[in-house]
Amino acid sequence: MENLFTWGGGMWGGIGLAVLQILSMVVIMLVCIAFLLLFDRKVWAAVQLRKGPNVVGPFGLLQSFADLIKFVLKEVIIPAGANKTVFLLAPIITLTLALVGWAVIPVAPGWVVANLNVGVLYLFAISSLGVYGIIMGGWASNSKYPFLGGLRSAAQMVSYEVSIGFVIVTVLLLVGSLNLSDVVENQAGGIWNWHAFAFPTIFVMFPMFVIFFISALAETNRPPFDLPEAESELVAGYQVEYSSSPYLMFMIGEYVSIVLMCAMLSILFFGGWHMPIPIPGVEGLPDWLLSLGGLLVFMGKITFFFFLFAMVKAIVPRYRYDQLMRLGWKIFLPTSLVAVVIVAGYATFTNAGIRPGFDALDTNKSGALEAPELAAVTLPAGMDRDKDGVISWNEYRRNSGAVN
Amino acid sequence: MTLIAFYILSTIVVASALFVVAARNPVHSVLWLILAFFTSAGLLVLIGAEFLAMLLVVVYVGAVAVLFLFVVMMLDIDFVALKQGFQNYLVVGILLALALLAEIGIVVAAATFGGGETFNPNPGGATNAEALSNVLYDDYLLLFQMCGIVLLVAMMGAIVLTLRSRPTVKRQNIAQQVGRKRKDAVELKDVRPGQGIP
Repeated sequence: MENLFTWGGGMWGGIGLAVLQILSMVVIMLVCIAFLLLFDRKVWAAVQLRKGPNVVGPFGLLQSFADLIKFVLKEVIIPAGANKTVFLLAPIITLTLALVGWAVIPVAPGWVVANLNVGVLYLFAISSLGVYGIIMGGWASNSKYPFLGGLRSAAQMVSYEVSIGFVIVTVLLLVGSLNLSDVVENQAGGIWNWHAFAFPTIFVMFPMFVIFFISALAETNRPPFDLPEAESELVAGYQVEYSSSPYLMFMIGEYVSIVLMCAMLSILFFGGWHMPIPIPGVEGLPDWLLSLGGLLVFMGKITFFFFLFAMVKAIVPRYRYDQLMRLGWKIFLPTSLVAVVIVAGYATFTNAGIRPGFDALDTNKSGALEAPELAAVTLPAGMDRDKDGVISWNEYRRNSGAVN
Repeated sequence: MTLIAFYILSTIVVASALFVVAARNPVHSVLWLILAFFTSAGLLVLIGAEFLAMLLVVVYVGAVAVLFLFVVMMLDIDFVALKQGFQNYLVVGILLALALLAEIGIVVAAATFGGGETFNPNPGGATNAEALSNVLYDDYLLLFQMCGIVLLVAMMGAIVLTLRSRPTVKRQNIAQQVGRKRKDAVELKDVRPGQGIP
């Protein structure tokens, strides 16, 4: 929150800057989404030995823009029995919520619209709201298939949110902060520090990464979990009655939230903007160049995860509804709960995670103080050293009232 | 700036709370309720309690209200029957509203004139997630865990009350399916021409 309104000369300057940041973020992302959509279709086509869209522009590069124009120019049809306000509100809510989530995503070192202290929770909250667009659309259409699709989707998204929440908790325990920039900084220094691969925790965190990936598929209604719009059973689920721009908003919202999930995967588990192998001598470069490089690395990771999403869509057959619920409640939930317990124990006994505000004391990787520094620390009043001279970080923090 | 935001947000909260009661369609009522929840989360952010705000959105808007909406959408509601009880419950309703108003008045008066602790979302410089966890997991650990156990028991009670075992329903046994071998499923017969299967 701090950089949003205080930077760039007074209140109005701050607001202007914030609006500029938000606009550039949204525009760049929507253009990227247009090409990712084409990428999705190309991957899908390649798996099925087709060519995919190849007529509009070179290699079909402009296909998404042609689709956009087609959608916008069509007539908006609102069913006679529909609840008009809610019917039109639903796609708007879907798109807005998908876009709003990007506010806290740090795309490069220091490049973030709102550096919230509770960024992870914010993302979790926003993604849990996504269900409203679908359930409202399903209800307002006043038709059986959309309604059934909406109900399915509500149950599905609420179920998978639970395991997503627990997986996020395991990452937070390792980091010791709810700030997304801190989450990324905790994975600095190469692929062996990324949460999915860091050594002793890999046995827990890599399965957690897989669970998060599958839950993300379910949360965004992607195949093999696209039951809300299963065309063989529900025609197109909650989207049956939608046409033209409202349909377009649903579709863009869906893709924006998919890419948001890809971004979350790369931030939580794959080191965000950090290179897999750190390049020596890169620190001497100017800051903006480093940030730009970080942005490219981050976009590369998002594209990688999007490729995985597209491959899953192309290859895996659709789940049946009871199998979906079984997977969510009987397999993912217990597994992630056990993982939370294990990681919590690990974090407690090794003092894992970065400690914002404690950097000046030069901690080693595990967060415990090294022997030479131990002697130099002046303890706050009301705190004693342990018998082997180790200083409990939590106790130090609480007694000294250290600031983030 | 904060003041403007506060007035805008609180106007929205009060208005949407009014519409929760006034809306004719119950689904619209729930949608207004969701707006009220969401905007109160905004108010919490405004006073610096961002952790509580996020929890409000995750728990109430993201889970509780979804189930609300779920149930209300599937109700077959007769508006005439709904309005009939209005007269009978009017007195009780007014009494309840007065009690609520008096309670809010007492709390506000005590906070304003009592000279008690002023609100501080970040005591001792800790973020409010840390401050809350210091209270919940240090000072009141036992009580907190006991609350958890009470909820667990309530959940188990709900499951026991609603779980019926229906022996006629066929269920899928995944382990059995996965553990099935080729020889359990397929049998090769050597069929000679013109003789049929023995």
